[in-house]
Amino acid sequence: MEALRRLEGGERPGRVLRIGCGAGFSSDRLGPAVDLLAQGRLDWLVLECIGERTMAFGHRDRRRDPSAGYNPRLAARMRALLPLCRRHGTRLLSDMGVANPAAAAERTIAIARELGLAGLTVAWLEGDEVTDIVDRDTPLLEGGTVGEAEGALLAANAYLGIEHLLPALLTGADVVLTGRVADPSLFLAPLVLHFGWEAHDWERLAAGTLVGHLLECGMQVTGGYFADPGRKEVPDLARCGYPLAEVGPDGEAVVTKLASAGGRVSAATVKEQLLYEVHNPTAYVTPDVIADFSRVTVEEVGRDRVRVAGARGRPRPERLKVTLAFDGGWLGEAGVSYAGINAVARAELAREILRERLLGIHGLRCPLRFDLIGVDSLHGTAGVGPVRTEDVRLRVACRTREREEAELVLWETEAILTCGPAGGGGFRGRIVESVTTASSFVARDAVHARVEVLEA
Amino acid sequence: MSRRVRLYDIAHARAGDKGDVSNVSVWVEDPAHYAAVRRELTPERIRAAFPRLVRGAVEIHALPHLLGLNIVMREALEGGVNRSLNLDGHGKSWSYLILRLEIELDPPSKTRVR
Repeated sequence: MEALRRLEGGERPGRVLRIGCGAGFSSDRLGPAVDLLAQGRLDWLVLECIGERTMAFGHRDRRRDPSAGYNPRLAARMRALLPLCRRHGTRLLSDMGVANPAAAAERTIAIARELGLAGLTVAWLEGDEVTDIVDRDTPLLEGGTVGEAEGALLAANAYLGIEHLLPALLTGADVVLTGRVADPSLFLAPLVLHFGWEAHDWERLAAGTLVGHLLECGMQVTGGYFADPGRKEVPDLARCGYPLAEVGPDGEAVVTKLASAGGRVSAATVKEQLLYEVHNPTAYVTPDVIADFSRVTVEEVGRDRVRVAGARGRPRPERLKVTLAFDGGWLGEAGVSYAGINAVARAELAREILRERLLGIHGLRCPLRFDLIGVDSLHGTAGVGPVRTEDVRLRVACRTREREEAELVLWETEAILTCGPAGGGGFRGRIVESVTTASSFVARDAVHARVEVLEA
Repeated sequence: MSRRVRLYDIAHARAGDKGDVSNVSVWVEDPAHYAAVRRELTPERIRAAFPRLVRGAVEIHALPHLLGLNIVMREALEGGVNRSLNLDGHGKSWSYLILRLEIELDPPSKTRVR
């Protein structure tokens, strides 16, 4: 809290803050982030790159190689972005540290040296990993305890918020790298720093959380995950731009994009993102605040400019949410395609044969699924379909603790080429490691965050 | 005179996931249609429409000033993205399941006809 007290008055409280998003998930595009940084006159560029699965894979990678476990695309991103950050005086904040923020910071420093960016500083934050704090008796939100869960515990990470992020930002480092942080907090922290908002100013913290929530998924607010030809048009989606927000001293904001970029920012794109992955709109819970989005206003104030306001806030929750990752065994997937006259009937026959082979003859007991892609795959469980087509793919999927069972599913599916119906082709199969996740809570004071700064 | 339309023709929607919970936000375009959509899209209707898919409770939160409804469906992702064997484990396409539902529109009011 000492760090928070030093915030008094803010850095430049009278001026609008320009904050952009340069990635909304682990493998998001790089080119449009370069464009936004080059042309957006940004104070901050935030790259949000962690999902529940990528977090777990980060731990897996670090276990294999102690210098790994951060975002696999960090180096490419840093090479492209760091020179522009220096040129434009933009600070970069990202959770690309994933399961190894220290190694991510060291790699970033090495790249800065290669690029001749002497004096560039990188702060990294650790402390989100709470694997040592949870034990067999830790209750899971989904029911049961850690000890009762299927599969070995791989890692547990708490969602840190601005309380832990601000000390890293206050170092003044050019780049701040973290592990697991609540996505909106990555955007809220720069706003708090800039405007000097108080730690218990729930209304403004909620307003900043709204900005973060709208930006955190990147292009999902600028026309991505939106277009529906003939119904909802988005111009030049191939060159879609990332979003930026112009934020005022009370957290009121305009969401927009570069005029030169493709995409669209409209009331419709903003409304769809407003409730993305939100359950009760009156209680959007982050480590920083409980935000109420139910009275948010969304107003088009110019071309690709949407003003948002009206978020309300209540005191932050006492505990921090934790995501636990467990070894989920193996996921096996295999497929064969059929096309032309009577294709669906031939694929149906292949499905019946494989069901009999895998369940009846080999006696597999692991979860298995047989889909006809093009007929009844995604919405089959919802009772939609079948759809008539002459181009269909049989897909067989299994989840198992025994790799041999997944191998058998691939073998039998490939064998259907010569042992099954006429005209089957295009076999592909793969087996991947699977991770399952669950949630729990941890007391705030059980988390011990630490910040270090490196210089190129 | 009333008429039935697909929700798709009068609203847009987006799906999101958290664990085994799917939420689909629905945004009605014409204020004249909002009351009918709000009346017809009930938790019972959603559960009845997809009984094998939506196995848990359904809540619906209204944002009338934005013509929005948030449909929250529990146990609706076949175990969630890390367990489901559905190709679309996130249920990203669930928005289009909801948009397929039909809505009985209110008869146009006299003032609107004129």
